Amino acid sequence: MAGLGQKPTAGGRTYAGLGLPLMLPAWVIIGFFLVLPIGIMLVYSFLTKEFRGGVIWEPTLAAYDQFFFDRGLFGDEQPKIEWTYILIFWRSIWQAGLATLMCLLIGFPTAWFIATRPASSRTIWLFLITVPYWVNLLIRTISMKFLIRDNGPLNQWLLDAGLISDPIHIINTNTAVQLGLFYSYLPFMVLPIYAAVERYNFSLSEAAADLYASRWITLRHIILPVVKPGIIAGCILVFVPSLGAFLAPDLLGGAKNFMIGSLIEEQFKGNAGNWPFGAAASMILLSMVLIVLIFYARAQGRAHAKGAS
Amino acid sequence: MKNMLKTGASALALSLLATMASAEGKLSLYHWFEYIPQEVLDKFAAEYDVEVTMDTYDSNEALLAALKAGKLGQYDLAVPGDYMVEIMGKEGMLDTFDPSEMSNFGNIQQEWVDVTFDPGRKSSIPYQWGSTSFAVNRDVYPGDIQTLGMIFNPPEELKGKINVLDTSGETLTLASMYLGIPQCTSDRDQLKALNELVQTAKPDWASFGSDVAKDVLVSGDAAAGMIWNGFSAKAREEGANIEYAFPKEGYIVWMDNVVLLKDAPNRDNAIKFMNFLLEPENAAAVTNYAQYTAGVKGVEPFLDEAVKSAPELNPPSGGKTAFVQACPEEVQKVYDTIWTNLKK
Repeated sequence: MAGLGQKPTAGGRTYAGLGLPLMLPAWVIIGFFLVLPIGIMLVYSFLTKEFRGGVIWEPTLAAYDQFFFDRGLFGDEQPKIEWTYILIFWRSIWQAGLATLMCLLIGFPTAWFIATRPASSRTIWLFLITVPYWVNLLIRTISMKFLIRDNGPLNQWLLDAGLISDPIHIINTNTAVQLGLFYSYLPFMVLPIYAAVERYNFSLSEAAADLYASRWITLRHIILPVVKPGIIAGCILVFVPSLGAFLAPDLLGGAKNFMIGSLIEEQFKGNAGNWPFGAAASMILLSMVLIVLIFYARAQGRAHAKGAS
Repeated sequence: MKNMLKTGASALALSLLATMASAEGKLSLYHWFEYIPQEVLDKFAAEYDVEVTMDTYDSNEALLAALKAGKLGQYDLAVPGDYMVEIMGKEGMLDTFDPSEMSNFGNIQQEWVDVTFDPGRKSSIPYQWGSTSFAVNRDVYPGDIQTLGMIFNPPEELKGKINVLDTSGETLTLASMYLGIPQCTSDRDQLKALNELVQTAKPDWASFGSDVAKDVLVSGDAAAGMIWNGFSAKAREEGANIEYAFPKEGYIVWMDNVVLLKDAPNRDNAIKFMNFLLEPENAAAVTNYAQYTAGVKGVEPFLDEAVKSAPELNPPSGGKTAFVQACPEEVQKVYDTIWTNLKK
């Protein structure tokens, strides 16, 4: 924002008056890949469903009605509140939330460890973090399935070590889904926190220690406020894609319960063929994510304002 | 610089010519995953000097959705199942042909010519047919398995170790057979009973999955699973000690068919390819790969011994069978609600 008020300096190369043409590529990309698709989704969510996929160009609220009101198996009872989809959304939020928490608990110490290595070896550690992510997400998720199944290597190893007497049943449970999400998105937590920790001035910790601050106090009052933006960015980067994920629930959770992603997929690819409802569910998901992000942006804005004053 | 431009331009012209030359012979397929051996495609490409391209899908509904979303006109041929041929026909997505356009049309087995989903075969030819029921791991459960109760009211040994196909059509059809109610019933009590049956059975199921149906049986993640007969044969070959059941309450029979799509960009080559697939040797090559059954006369001499004698492909005579029906809209809506309730 600061750039807007600045006058182009005399003698320097000036782009004055070229603003619009220079911004054009950005606007085209935003318009074509963001506004247009979301616009189509929004319009479709208010159209009438055609049997077996497709839409009829008659406006209706039927899709949103289906989301919020339960009219019984045959659709002719008195409308009650529909808990089915709220439950599915709540389950997705819960799963994504737990996966984010796991990522934070493992990701923060990892990022801290990397950031406190000598500058020369940091690159190698970061490189190692990204190596597994050169492999396609689908393959990684399936590999996870091989590892955790009842007669897979994890259970075999624990049995051989005598730590357990019966295999732990993880596959096709919610734990498996969280584990899959955690594994899929861990680097998205590590990298922003690393970026924040790297900027942290470690003499602050020394100063705190000199003033008899305990380690806990130093962490809470000195370190956390500094790396907080990194933590929040990491949480958003993990939480948002986890919320719409359908690979991990399908492959590791056994597809027994819909998550938001698989519910929407079913509307387009499954028997239901209910495009307006799929669009409506997408719009509701989008609004939810947007609300969270707006709160974050506001909180950030306030923090900046406080920092400036 | 000038020279470079010249060379560039002539290279461009050459490549344009090249694409134009090969563009004369193209064929664009939309097919199921892992359902046609590459050799068959290569053989056709070599014999007729046609460049074959193929995209794949994983369910009849996904095929319909893709064509509805604007892919009609891009493909020449697709391979929908029986009820989906009927749906696509009603949606006006199919082109018609005359039997005289294919010299091998007479190779179609008599019982597959006049089928309900395409009477007289105006738009489709048989690809492969098979059945859908389930397979049980005999190490885990040695008892009698010839009942759909194995899935919908399983014995203690199988509880929590069952995989179910992730398609409401096949699952709800088998559930209806178990209850002895007609498919696509509009009777409210019967629909309620259907809903209750799957709700009660779900806690005994470990997972839903179609493309993993074979893998979970081979790995032992599931001790029983709904599956297609050819897929079950492959699972057995890969070492699972499983037996495919032909349950007494009935099981699903299906046929996949090659259909000529409306606005096919290469209609002539599409007809040639359909005719090619009706050649017994080629139909047998597909059968040897997919382990289902061809609807074409004279394939026997070309079949592998293991495929010919596979128990999955040789059902006992007199079993009750049915095709999956395309339900009317009011009933499909209830089916959708039952399915969503089941997976909420």
